[in-house]
Amino acid sequence: MTDTPAGTPAADAATPETPNPETPTLEIQGLRLNLPGAARPVLAGVDLTVAARETVALVGESGSGKSLTSRSVLRLLPPGAATEGAVRVQGEDVLTMNAKQLRRLRTHTAAMIFQDPRAAINPLRRIGDFLTESLRLNADLPAAEATERAVRMLDAVGLGDRVLGQYPGQLSGGMLQRVVIAAALMGDPALILADEPTTALDVTTQAEVVGLLGDLRDQFGTALLFVTHDLGLAAAISDRVYVMYAGRIAETGPAEALFQRPRHPYTAALLRSTPHLDAPAGRLAAIEGRPPSLREELTGCPFAARCAFATQQCREELPPHLPVRGESSRLVACHHSEKLADQLAGSVTHD
Amino acid sequence: MTFLRFALRRVAEMAATLLAASFVIFGALYLAPGNPASFLLSGRSASPEAMKAINEQYHLNDPFWEQYLRWLGQVVHGDFGRSIEYRTPVSTLLGSRLPSTLMLVAMALLLVVVIGLALGWIGAVRGGMTDSSILVTTTLAVGTPSFVAAVLLQGLFSVKLGWFPSSGSGTGFAGMLWHLTLPAIALALYLIGMLARVTRSTMLEAMGHEHVTVARSRGVPERQVIHRHVFRNTLGTVLTMGGLIVSTLLICTVLVETAFSVNGIGQLLDLSTTTKDFPVVQAVSLLIVGMFMTVNLVVDLLLPLVDPRVTLGTRGVSA
Amino acid sequence: MTIALVRRPGLARIRSDRSWLHLLCLGFLGLVVVLALFAPWLSPHDPNAVDLGNALAGPSGAHPLGVDGSGRDTASRLITGARTSLLGPLGVVVFSTVAGVVVGVAAGWRGGWLDSVLSRSTELVFAFPGLLLALLIVSIYGEGLIAPVVALGVAYLPYVSRLTRSLVLAERSRPYVEAYRVQGHSGLQICLRHVLPNIAPVVLAQSTINFGYALIDLAGLSFLGLGVPALTPDWGRMVFDGESAIQSGYPLCAILPCVAIVLTVVAFNVVGERWADQVARRDR
Repeated sequence: MTDTPAGTPAADAATPETPNPETPTLEIQGLRLNLPGAARPVLAGVDLTVAARETVALVGESGSGKSLTSRSVLRLLPPGAATEGAVRVQGEDVLTMNAKQLRRLRTHTAAMIFQDPRAAINPLRRIGDFLTESLRLNADLPAAEATERAVRMLDAVGLGDRVLGQYPGQLSGGMLQRVVIAAALMGDPALILADEPTTALDVTTQAEVVGLLGDLRDQFGTALLFVTHDLGLAAAISDRVYVMYAGRIAETGPAEALFQRPRHPYTAALLRSTPHLDAPAGRLAAIEGRPPSLREELTGCPFAARCAFATQQCREELPPHLPVRGESSRLVACHHSEKLADQLAGSVTHD
Repeated sequence: MTFLRFALRRVAEMAATLLAASFVIFGALYLAPGNPASFLLSGRSASPEAMKAINEQYHLNDPFWEQYLRWLGQVVHGDFGRSIEYRTPVSTLLGSRLPSTLMLVAMALLLVVVIGLALGWIGAVRGGMTDSSILVTTTLAVGTPSFVAAVLLQGLFSVKLGWFPSSGSGTGFAGMLWHLTLPAIALALYLIGMLARVTRSTMLEAMGHEHVTVARSRGVPERQVIHRHVFRNTLGTVLTMGGLIVSTLLICTVLVETAFSVNGIGQLLDLSTTTKDFPVVQAVSLLIVGMFMTVNLVVDLLLPLVDPRVTLGTRGVSA
Repeated sequence: MTIALVRRPGLARIRSDRSWLHLLCLGFLGLVVVLALFAPWLSPHDPNAVDLGNALAGPSGAHPLGVDGSGRDTASRLITGARTSLLGPLGVVVFSTVAGVVVGVAAGWRGGWLDSVLSRSTELVFAFPGLLLALLIVSIYGEGLIAPVVALGVAYLPYVSRLTRSLVLAERSRPYVEAYRVQGHSGLQICLRHVLPNIAPVVLAQSTINFGYALIDLAGLSFLGLGVPALTPDWGRMVFDGESAIQSGYPLCAILPCVAIVLTVVAFNVVGERWADQVARRDR
């Protein structure tokens, strides 16, 4: 495929903008993932970096592959999945780790916060057990010290040590998500992966949890990969954004620039379909059509079938990821990105 | 406090059901055609004295309710009346036969729990060919009545190979162990298959829950994931089968003890059914029903320890 | 052996791509039913013709499956025995299904005090294993087939009624029931015309599995010499008769009925479970 050579400079292009020029905390290069029974790769060459202490949002519709991308960082792959490419966390390739290294990665280096906190914790075990189990069972910390750390982490997320002895059934959804966040912090990770951490919560709790995540990121100095379908949320929390469509990155760049001047028709369409508090009602536009099914092979640009600007070239040729002229930190995979620049920017401005 | 109330309620419920069951067992006597005295004496010498003795012993001339309450009062004190066939107190009869049956049931229970859980676990965790062969074996086991297993085991291991005795219950612990091995296997086979299948599918279901993935994502070693988050969560389901397992084992001793001529409660039930020795049938029935309820009560009281959601009042949401 | 239905959750995930096994089992059951129906014409010999001089002879041209301890032809007894061995369980299943559905629908549809009374009685019957109830009845009425069949029917009833009740409860809360109510249909009408047909496949699948278990219980009773009368050919009875032959080292006449029982029960289980599985998948 043509996108792999183009993908490598992408990572380089992003580095100058990041605060830390050393090894990025997370570096995904040309990640392809095939599932048995699927006609096309579920992930078709994903490149993504998260620098130390950086917050990056990965945005896309359901089925775009954003969750799989984040799960691949912990090598939580569906059965039968075949991967190519590299997923490096602090320079080490996750996909080739042995079981012990993988456990170490999962306990200490990277942690994931899941969508539904009520499903994420075993209802038959106490919160204290949940918080400390991975440290205790890997014999990293004696039980007493693990509990001590659990108390500190609970304090950091605003919960008292009383919950240690409680069962998940005795806590509210918002409290449970705080517990899950505390659990993610237990191993002092360099990277937190948050997979739609607010979707299962009610609106007021959502804001609390997002705020908490931001605070903790600053306090503990972790990098954060925030997976969401909510562009507004992505803009609010992240430094940089990746927009994903059908297993590929459609566009990436600094959050503000990307939302002000989208360069990919898909990003623009997503923005138009997102409600804004400051925009008049009635301007929401759903994206026509559906994301491509895994049962059909794709030629050309995966978005071509739903794109208002698609040409013959789009349907036949896969667009490479190219830097946006004048904005070195942005990449976009669209044949007509230059031509459409003003049109797309105009379509999403609201004043 | 909540637990105490819960426990008291369950005990009261069990007492009520047991009372109802005792009523059914006692009242069954009155389903018999003809008058109870002639039924109790059927086939035996029906001299006027015997008739009179029976009438007195069972107070058959009293109103039904009085008879029932008197019988119940005696049963509570461990007095199940006298066997018509053996002319001895039923409790003595039961006492002398209880050790073999208890030993047999205990051995079978051990086999069921250990092999059943192990097969279910292995099938669920390994998958593939191992799982398929366990499935085929357990499907066959579930279709094999205990008396069929008894006859086949006897034919192969006692008659043909001569490894085990074909009848009797032996003396001393070692002797009993040796004599009761085949009967225990025959008794356990069906339940091993059943428990294995329940364990397997409950574990497979539990593996699909997200908290299992979460535990893996946090670096919990795979063995511990299975142990702490999959198997642990199936224990409740397995435990609730306890009453059924024990009562099935008890009632099937009637077949297995008869096949292997083990002089236990089961054989006694068979003999007394054939000879219409009703007081004995009553006592054994009450024993089996009572065991079922007792085990169920214990399970219900243990369940909150295994599944905290029970006391929280949200059971039914399985995990 | 009345655990049959409690295993319901345990049956969830077993078969699927095993359709050849299912077909095989269906075929076997068909064969057994045909043998039972046409037994008098298909049996090579009179199943009760005693020939003591020929006792325990092995398979031969005249007796393809050998003879038993009294010289009776095993093949003929197996074929004729299929009749009683299937007829008894059929009675149990019909009784428990009809009565169980009535009780279950009444409890589920009506609810209230009727539901609690019926649920309590169900609890009570659960405490009695089927075989125990059958023995209790036999100890009163003596040997025979009718009393144990009724006793087992009663023992199996709660499994059907509990299943029916939960299905009816689920069905009652579906919107179409309310829609029919609003249109003025009576509860009984909705029950008979819509609810019953909807829940029937699940109940019947369960009853199919019950058939196998009823067969086990009744064969067990015959094995004790308490079910069918002594001379009637019956698989359980054949195992009982064959026990002494096993002791003297001629196991064939006991093994064959054992095999017949196991295969029939397994076939009923496989067919019933697959059916239940398909219904469950359809409903999902």
